[in-house]
Amino acid sequence: MSVLVPFAEVGFAESWWIQIIKAVVIFLVGFTLVPLALMLDRKLMGRMQMRYGPNRVGPYGALQPMADIGKLLFKQQFRPRTSVGFLFAFAPVISMICAAATFAIIPFGGTVDIFGTEVGLYGIDVSIGILFAFAFSGLSVYGLMLGGWASGSKYSFLGAMRSAAQLISYELAMGFSILGIVITAGTLSLTGIVEAQSGMWYIVPQFVGFCIYIVSAFAETGRPPFDLSEAEAELVGGYSTEYGGGRFATYYAAEYFHMVIASAIAVTMFLGGWQLPFVDPPTWVDPIVVLVKTVLVICVFVWARTTFPRPRYDQLMALGWKILLPLATANVIVTAIIVVVTD
Amino acid sequence: MSALSDYRRREQSISYSAEPAGMGLEQELMTINMGPHHPSTHGVLRLILTLEGEIVRDIKPIIGYVHTGIEKTAEQKAYWKVIPVVERMDYLAYYFNSYAYCGAVEKLLEVEVPKRAQYLRVIHMELNRIMSHLVWLGTSCIDLGAIGVWWYCFREREAVLDLFEMSSGQRMHTRYFQVGGVIEDIPRGWAERVKRFTQTMRHRSEQYSALLDKNEIFLQRMRNTGTVDEETLLDLGVTGPLLRATGNPWDLRKAAPYCSYEDFRFKIPVGTTGDNYDRYRVRHAEIIESCEIIDQALDGLPEGPFITEDRKVALPPRHELATSMEALIHHFKLVTEGFRVPPGEVYFPIESPRGELGCFVRSDGSSKPARVHMRDPSFVNLQATAPASRDTYIADLVATLAMLDPVLGGVDR
Repeated sequence: MSVLVPFAEVGFAESWWIQIIKAVVIFLVGFTLVPLALMLDRKLMGRMQMRYGPNRVGPYGALQPMADIGKLLFKQQFRPRTSVGFLFAFAPVISMICAAATFAIIPFGGTVDIFGTEVGLYGIDVSIGILFAFAFSGLSVYGLMLGGWASGSKYSFLGAMRSAAQLISYELAMGFSILGIVITAGTLSLTGIVEAQSGMWYIVPQFVGFCIYIVSAFAETGRPPFDLSEAEAELVGGYSTEYGGGRFATYYAAEYFHMVIASAIAVTMFLGGWQLPFVDPPTWVDPIVVLVKTVLVICVFVWARTTFPRPRYDQLMALGWKILLPLATANVIVTAIIVVVTD
Repeated sequence: MSALSDYRRREQSISYSAEPAGMGLEQELMTINMGPHHPSTHGVLRLILTLEGEIVRDIKPIIGYVHTGIEKTAEQKAYWKVIPVVERMDYLAYYFNSYAYCGAVEKLLEVEVPKRAQYLRVIHMELNRIMSHLVWLGTSCIDLGAIGVWWYCFREREAVLDLFEMSSGQRMHTRYFQVGGVIEDIPRGWAERVKRFTQTMRHRSEQYSALLDKNEIFLQRMRNTGTVDEETLLDLGVTGPLLRATGNPWDLRKAAPYCSYEDFRFKIPVGTTGDNYDRYRVRHAEIIESCEIIDQALDGLPEGPFITEDRKVALPPRHELATSMEALIHHFKLVTEGFRVPPGEVYFPIESPRGELGCFVRSDGSSKPARVHMRDPSFVNLQATAPASRDTYIADLVATLAMLDPVLGGVDR
């Protein structure tokens, strides 16, 4: 506990074919979670608003995301005359890549023994751990900003400016909110952080950090109430105003992907990852535990979406810079002092 | 002039030049076209905004996209056929539209409206006021990003529309008010359902308050935004909840009672500063006061005819047609030619959910009005957009526009 370990302890090496299989599986899991999150969002929101939500396609409307995606993919790829062709097409892909890349480091469990081969239930356990997630979350600004700028529309431009400012501002608060955990756990590795929570989940000692993280996560993922970059009341559709068809679907899916990842990281960092209190289930339960916890955090996102109005742009900036960032900094300092004193 | 050149002309008429922004850079203002199809312009209002970053420096509203020529159409129709036409102006206040018109014609005819008809009119108008305010609250909250409230408001609005359907057979544009009274007496069980509704409505409006009044984001968006002082509003002729939000208790129901409003005890909610929050609170309180009026009117609903006994104005009861020659002649005259109105002109103002709704009717003695003009409050109140939202953020402009509550059907007519 006394020394910060600069690299994660990778106790075993995985052969190349396991890496490839894992990459495919992680990708598939990710893209299965997106329609599920979409469905959960619509159904739960429907229930909160005294309606049923989609219930026509398939049993309980479960195939609605498939129908939506199918509809969008078969639409004509329209693009305004003023847009910048290559960037207009490429920007949604950036968003999607950034989201999918982050998903690779989410640990769904420790290492398991599958037919005599030791396999880690995560894409990669990079030594920089959570910094990897922040790097890609930082890159995803380009997806929104370039898309908004390349559309050649004034509303898109305003949306792009907003999203750039918003994402960069909240990146800081989000990073600082997690720093307390890194100090306490003494590692950047996500599996290491989860294992460090075997005694107590970090939501208890790092409750302030958790609150800051959740608020920033709303801004980072561009979900309501902090969806200012696509505030439909003011900017029609924000950065995605001119998008339609498959490109819009990509943006849309990337937004839900980001939400899933933000929830999964919250589970990993604050809610004990695959660990459960008082019980020690067999290893194969671990991914299920992580998924269930993730879905519960997604429910918080949906809940906030139905309840809260949207703050104004300057109010959002003020909240990020004047409240969350100082609070997160204070949290880091206090945590550091406590860690040093109790050590 | 084509639409595009019209836009360019207006764009160029905005007289802001590029300003130096320091470090040898020049700052440019952005002109952006908001509407006529934009999610938050409440219909087809079009605003040409000049933005400096996110701050609105100039607003040019353009109206006329749902101009339907209702006032002109009214001149081609017999008096009683005008009612369904004027109802379609402000499509959230159809009872008020038809009452303003019927009231004006009744004044010209000097016909006595039975007390029961007056009470029934009050009940329907107050239900309509609640309904209109519910639509306003729901759509405003969507503009602010709180989509949940919209569904809650429309749940209650549906209940009101069900009541309208029960009493008149239609959910919107009911044509329930006639010159001289109302078209039919209320059906059995209606009064009890209305009572139940007012009970629920009181409870539900408390729930709205619990959801919104303690919400920090909502308060930040509402407080001290879109403030306009009383003098400016009076200069512009703005009435209704917008004026009352500044503390001026001008309400025609109290100031110049009509339709037996003097019989009821109710309060006029007023604000203090005239910002968006006051506008919200005033309308919210008006919902409760309307419930009070409805309850009192139902409790004191007098017995008697629901339409005037004057056979020259109102249709005779159906059963009389089989027995009375007189009734048959009256019926024939009314449905073919309509009633004739003595020459003269009259202005009849009432308090609609949005302010003073006045109807001017000039008669030349024939069975068709020579001129019908409506002073629609949405049209006049829309003038407050620019003073309320100049030099504010674009998000505040949207919130202010929502709180002004214009109905474009009424603006364009």
